[in-house]
Amino acid sequence: MNSPAVAVPLTAQAFKSDYKPIWCPGCGDYSVLSSFTKAFAKLQLRPENIAVVSGIGCSSRIPAYTRCYGFHGVHGRSLAAASGLKLARPDLTVVVASGDGDGYSIGGNHFLHACRRNVDLTYVVMDNHVYGMTKGQPSPTTEPDWDSKLSPGGTGLKTFHPLVIALAAGANFVARAFSGDPNGTADIIARAISAPGFSFVEILSPCVTFRPEQRDWKQQVRPAPVTPTDDAARAARRIMTDDGFNIGVLYQGDRKPYQLPVGNGRKRPSDLEAEFAI
Amino acid sequence: MNAKKTGKKPAPARKRVTAPKRKRAKAAGKAATPVASAAEFIAYAYAMEAEAAERYAEFADSMEVHNNREVAELFRKLARIEQLHADQILEQMGWKQSPAAAVDYRWEGTEGPETADSTELHYLMQPYHALQIALHNEKRARDFFANLAKVTTRAGVRKAALEMHAEEAEHVRLIEAWLKRTPVPDKNWQADPDPPMLSD
Repeated sequence: MNSPAVAVPLTAQAFKSDYKPIWCPGCGDYSVLSSFTKAFAKLQLRPENIAVVSGIGCSSRIPAYTRCYGFHGVHGRSLAAASGLKLARPDLTVVVASGDGDGYSIGGNHFLHACRRNVDLTYVVMDNHVYGMTKGQPSPTTEPDWDSKLSPGGTGLKTFHPLVIALAAGANFVARAFSGDPNGTADIIARAISAPGFSFVEILSPCVTFRPEQRDWKQQVRPAPVTPTDDAARAARRIMTDDGFNIGVLYQGDRKPYQLPVGNGRKRPSDLEAEFAI
Repeated sequence: MNAKKTGKKPAPARKRVTAPKRKRAKAAGKAATPVASAAEFIAYAYAMEAEAAERYAEFADSMEVHNNREVAELFRKLARIEQLHADQILEQMGWKQSPAAAVDYRWEGTEGPETADSTELHYLMQPYHALQIALHNEKRARDFFANLAKVTTRAGVRKAALEMHAEEAEHVRLIEAWLKRTPVPDKNWQADPDPPMLSD
């Protein structure tokens, strides 16, 4: 009689595909890819049990560079596709990759409601404060005074605060990471995957082509000098008053994730509404 | 992240990518916690070499995709050298696999002392630049082991650290010699008649 097959622990390399990334040399997204695969290995997941879903943009190329199931979808709609996938296949670990344009502008509405629904997803946004793939237009997180050929004198628009908005909308786990710290980022992604419900990880990921000054982020980031909290209001106050360079898990709540009813039990619309209420 | 909040003036969009700024990573790469034993020290040394190999391989892939074959080949060679060092450590210790899982190692900075800064690449860089990156990393590795030998209270760790320090110092000399044989790039090495970004 054959002995049962023993699953061999996988290394991070085992989660990488044979496709070589075509990001610009020096792009922070290379390290984010490395953090994804390190997190998967750390959690001892299997590629066939993970789906990486994305929208459009530089960061959204990630699914092709992993050996997991992938879905490179429509601009800004990655969370809609991922929510459907998770509800249909709750056995899968679903990780969603996006950028600040795809996630906060085109997909801004989906972002709010994904936080509110609290489906068990991990949403990773690589934020470089610019639309890189389309040659450097300002994004929702671009500073109002960022002067460029495409935005002379800056847009003058207030920047989007994704972490606070995620908290206000009901995300169950909120963290900020930095691509230049791939091991630390892998730890945060692993914690986000392990946390039930909607986990949001914002990763500062420099665009060295259109925002070369972002190389300085390496000198500016620091571990968040605060203790973890499960108080969303407290976390929001901290985030609103920091300089955007505090790294770490900034909030972890215990709201029950949204799941489809098991078996034949169908819920009334009022029951569903109660589950969605924050 | 608002530039006003940080007090930093944003760089103009038309500014070209500047040459790698190696001084920035100088402080990174110490072990965050005191090394408790010689075996733990070796696990750190392994992690340092393995992470450096991984980063150089990533750089080689990036340069290959951007058709900079000469620099891709050089980074590939550096990746092989670092991986060889990592494999030697495994062999010497009789370890079958990476000790990373057994030792929850942490660097004081964001990455290990021999790991190149991922933002230091440029698609038009030349072998001279790649070797400068390598030299910087070898110097940091050498200093890492020197510092460890200085601060540790354990004789076994000190002995191993001094051996590794001597090895890294030799690497520094080798790369310095390699640099002397390598053409120094023209001052306009970054000039691109068809740049990826809009310019006047």
